[in-house]
Amino acid sequence: MPKTMYDKIWDNHLVEERGEGVGLIYIDRHLVHEVTSPQAFDGLRAAGRDIRRRDSIIAVPDHNVPTKDRDQKNPDDMSVAQLEALEANSREFNLDYIPMADARQGIVHVIGPEQGFTQPGVTMVCGDSHTSTHGAFGAFAIGIGTSEVEHVMATQTLLLKKAKNMRVTVRGELPVGCSAKDVALAIIGAVGTAGGTGHVIEYAGPVIESLTMEGRMTLCNMSIEAGARAGLVAPDEKTFEYIKGRPYAPKAGQWEAAVGFWGSLRSDDGAKFDKEIVLEGSEIVPQVTWGTSPEDVVPVTGEVPQPESFAEPSKQEGAQKALDYMGLQAGQKITDIAVDRVFVGSCTNSRIEDMRAVAEVIKGRRKADTVKEVLIVPGSGLVKAQAEEEGLDKIFEDAGFEWREPGCSMCLAMNADKALPGEHVASTSNRNFVGRQGPGARTHLVSPAMAAAAAIAGHFVDVRDF
Amino acid sequence: MEKFTKITSIATPFPRVNVDTDIIIPAKHLKSIKRTGFAAGAFESVRYDNDGNLIKDNVFDGPKYEGAQILIAGDNFGCGSSREHAPWAIGEMGYRCIIAPSFADIFAGNCIKNGILTVSLPQEDVDALVIAAEAGNDITVDLDEQTVTCGNAQYSFDFNPTHKDMLMEGLDEIGRTLKSSGAISDFETKQKLMTPWLYREG
Repeated sequence: MPKTMYDKIWDNHLVEERGEGVGLIYIDRHLVHEVTSPQAFDGLRAAGRDIRRRDSIIAVPDHNVPTKDRDQKNPDDMSVAQLEALEANSREFNLDYIPMADARQGIVHVIGPEQGFTQPGVTMVCGDSHTSTHGAFGAFAIGIGTSEVEHVMATQTLLLKKAKNMRVTVRGELPVGCSAKDVALAIIGAVGTAGGTGHVIEYAGPVIESLTMEGRMTLCNMSIEAGARAGLVAPDEKTFEYIKGRPYAPKAGQWEAAVGFWGSLRSDDGAKFDKEIVLEGSEIVPQVTWGTSPEDVVPVTGEVPQPESFAEPSKQEGAQKALDYMGLQAGQKITDIAVDRVFVGSCTNSRIEDMRAVAEVIKGRRKADTVKEVLIVPGSGLVKAQAEEEGLDKIFEDAGFEWREPGCSMCLAMNADKALPGEHVASTSNRNFVGRQGPGARTHLVSPAMAAAAAIAGHFVDVRDF
Repeated sequence: MEKFTKITSIATPFPRVNVDTDIIIPAKHLKSIKRTGFAAGAFESVRYDNDGNLIKDNVFDGPKYEGAQILIAGDNFGCGSSREHAPWAIGEMGYRCIIAPSFADIFAGNCIKNGILTVSLPQEDVDALVIAAEAGNDITVDLDEQTVTCGNAQYSFDFNPTHKDMLMEGLDEIGRTLKSSGAISDFETKQKLMTPWLYREG
């Protein structure tokens, strides 16, 4: 019977069937950060258990590291306690640990691929829902809770219920000025934030194939925002080329075998998908969210919707609540929304390609005076170094932007990088939830190019006309 | 972990759709390195205004629903982050069971691991339970029978048998899995031959 890529990876990692679609699944790769791991390490210690395979783990701080003044004392004692706990636990259990001062430090979902740790066909976990990012390489990668982090550390397995297969095909060609982020938001707008619940989404079609690895990561990253625990893209030459020569990549003697194996992973012709969605790439327009859920999204050419335009009463009520929180009027043009702050960063959009996209839009221009702050936060120290080598930091600084140290930063405001109540933020992150970027902050999710254009104009603009 | 068999309690009605884990517990409250202490910051944007004052008559702090062990929630409850701090906070608030039309996958899994039962019922049944909760009526959730009873109304729900066992027995999942150590080792031996590049020395 023809199998999907997800079926193949599942079968390759099934240790034991447990009935009712539940399997004990072997886990190959585990990324660990400071926020969701301390209680897992404590659990291991309390039960006198060890880590089964140290070589399956990379630990790195990212969620609450400061993005400036790292040479000074961190004023947040609770953050310090988590950062110190990660370091102490990594040493105690003898893990590959990348400290904050290391040039490779960065967001788990940026450094996994960057180090060649993320590979096609592996099962991968992290105590973070955006682990779906790694599906860009054809890895089955899922976010897990802290109890599961401990379970994987102790047993190298997880008890999982097999998800259904869903395929999202994006046909044709993406218009100039549109990026993977716009594709991701357009998909979520089409299926809703629960559209992928219980499913693994495989992205396919010419538009997906045409995306760079960075673009595929952005797309898979937001699978969780469509409710799917994992996203997948079939590995191809671009994937192999990206991995080749990276520190954790298969070495010379094993490379050919690895590539051969990776090539066998793609979904078979005729494989059955439980749910199919097809989008026309040429119809995708730069997207902007207006509400407090990623599905509250419209094209930049559009307007803030009327709550009555939603079919169900619960959605109408939700839309009204969202408008009240966001301080927007139904019918207001998206391009009339003024922006107070801009954030370019997060595991969604902080890679070198994102940095270049921003630089290209703003080159020779300055941020609008009404925009209080523009933060550019690279995803890793290596992205930062690359950007500086290309002179992008100068372009950002000349525009009045702030060039920071790598970390999760204002995506979830766990460090000092926050927006103030009532401020509208053009953000390249993944979630526009209530209070996500600071209490009362109003987040609008956009692509890096759209965020850059908003920073210059002081309000949202269609980057295609910019 | 406390066993879950059957509970009878009043319920807190909170039927908002798409309640995400940032609403349940905002990221700034995730900095503890312990499993406790999260109830104070739970549902902060629902319980407090922007100046940090407790909002009067919010469903979580008012006397009306004090002691409720059941939360009646909206569709797609728990979407967003994988933070287990969300069920830790909910458990610490005294809830043992959440009833909603649907739950986000990761959140539902995290609940089971913390002894919290998530019951999915059709929207119209949840709507009826919201009315019952608002009236202060007792609701009974029986995991063994897989039923929710309220007055004369009774609703059946589906639940994964493995997860049912875990909740009813209050089992340590790691201890259970370690009984399969032999099978895991066998898998590794086989995988090491097939895809040796996934294993490093030392």
